[in-house]
Amino acid sequence: MATARLKNLQKDALRVVIVGAGPAGTRCAETLVAAGIRPILLDENRRDGGQIYRRQPEGFTRDYATLYGSEAEKARALHQSFDRLRERIDYRPDTLVWSLTPGQLCCVSQGKHTTVDYDALILCTGATDRLMPIEGWQLAGTYSLGGAQIALKAQAVSIGRRVVFLGSGPLLYLVASQYLKAGATVAAVLDTSPLRKRIAALPKLLARPGLLFTGMKLLAQLYLARIPVHLGVEPQQVLGDAASGVSAVRVRTSHGDNLQFDCDALALGYHLRPETQLADLAGCRMRFQEVSQQWVLDTDGEGRTSVRGVYAAGDGARIRGADAAEHAGRLVALALLQDLQQPVHGEALALQRRVLAVMDEFSHGLCQAFPWPAAQAKALADEAIVCRCEMITAGELRSVVREKGACEVNRAKAFSRVGMGRCQGRYCSQAGAEVIAAAAGVAVERVGRQRGQAPVKPLSMLTEELKQAEEVAP
Amino acid sequence: MSARFVRLAEGERPTVRLMVDGEPIEALQGDTLMVALLTRVSALRQSEFDPGRRAGFCLMGACQDCWVWTRSGERLRACSNEVREGLDIVTRQPEAIWPLRG
Repeated sequence: MATARLKNLQKDALRVVIVGAGPAGTRCAETLVAAGIRPILLDENRRDGGQIYRRQPEGFTRDYATLYGSEAEKARALHQSFDRLRERIDYRPDTLVWSLTPGQLCCVSQGKHTTVDYDALILCTGATDRLMPIEGWQLAGTYSLGGAQIALKAQAVSIGRRVVFLGSGPLLYLVASQYLKAGATVAAVLDTSPLRKRIAALPKLLARPGLLFTGMKLLAQLYLARIPVHLGVEPQQVLGDAASGVSAVRVRTSHGDNLQFDCDALALGYHLRPETQLADLAGCRMRFQEVSQQWVLDTDGEGRTSVRGVYAAGDGARIRGADAAEHAGRLVALALLQDLQQPVHGEALALQRRVLAVMDEFSHGLCQAFPWPAAQAKALADEAIVCRCEMITAGELRSVVREKGACEVNRAKAFSRVGMGRCQGRYCSQAGAEVIAAAAGVAVERVGRQRGQAPVKPLSMLTEELKQAEEVAP
Repeated sequence: MSARFVRLAEGERPTVRLMVDGEPIEALQGDTLMVALLTRVSALRQSEFDPGRRAGFCLMGACQDCWVWTRSGERLRACSNEVREGLDIVTRQPEAIWPLRG
């Protein structure tokens, strides 16, 4: 996939494949179409928009303002752009890319295996919730914060009759206020970040005053509705039983009081983590991002990864939010065009880079204001579940560090199975790494990161080919 | 078992009938299987590793906590598959059948 090879290809014969039809993927496709390229856009979802601008199913009637609140105009603009592009790109919804080799993607679509060849690959794979376990989080009724939002946005349901929101980050307040507005009962909003962190982050957050103001408005709405909002809490436990699930959430306040909130659902999340598995399989270099304390893709300023012909944009590269994803999508397309020796306006490139620099500053401010609560992993009780797929406790994970000397996450995974279950480590590997690091007494970046494995999501054994093989078998 | 999810809007959609564990149920067109089930009961399945019930987690096809099966054994994520008229769903993992037997 050498750039040299890219240069020799005719634009018409060039196979450009984008993975993901969220804000980054859509804007990337749009920029390429404008330059006369017809990209293939593979989307695991059934409709475009990604997670943040997820479209509701046909037959739902809520308007943009109801669905997307302060982001309504951005959502509408993105959807309209996509609709205009629809006939000018090769859009393949409902298509999971589950593995890749150089130049070829392995996909499954409605039970059918296909391969898609590429000369240039642009990964716009987005993010999932970043989770820190709390004792009892395996109980039915605990959902990721993003999941709680999807329930409301895509299906017009609340995850419960009384919902507690626990975690940190802007999404905590956004989703809680969306629930409130939609008529759900919000039992409490519990943020692990103390107020002083937010004050310290103000200079960086002022990079985007409009967004800062929107955030403050959300908080004001919650206070006005007399929703209990607590900052700087220490999560203690999710209470409930195996049969009926969550019944309450207990936290310690910054004053040292224990508070318990009765509820039948918990929305839990600490900002986002990038979906980097495909980039990992492609051999792209990763780097540990100090400010967010997590591994992100190591791209140049324009979205080129360390592997030639493989590009990345949006939250799948590193977490900067939806607005930045739109700009990064445009920028990565321009970078690809430049590598193809197509005419690219230097000013267009410079503009996107300037906008992204501001958004970088803001996203660093958010990391500072709502920090990843690494200390919680260290304080997690031995009985607390780290891997909710296979019910593996913090104590079990610590014992493989202490007894087997497994101080590296992939080795500890092999012994403990933390990171090996259904979610393939998406919801436990970061917290798991913190538990390992604390037990080993080293910094978290020293214990490595969980390697991506194909298939990046579990596949059904009953694909079409196998069904056919079964039919012809004697 | 009481419902877990609460419908807040969009209640005016046509009804779809499907079977769940041999019982007929009604859902609304556009519902995911997860919503069709959890607006009636409090969990989707039994955990394989502990006595707990499970009701999904991420709703975006990443955690795989919400698997259900069609009567013919096809595995579906309840969060990302919509109801269809006549769909026949089972929430207990069917006996493992090696698809290339014979």
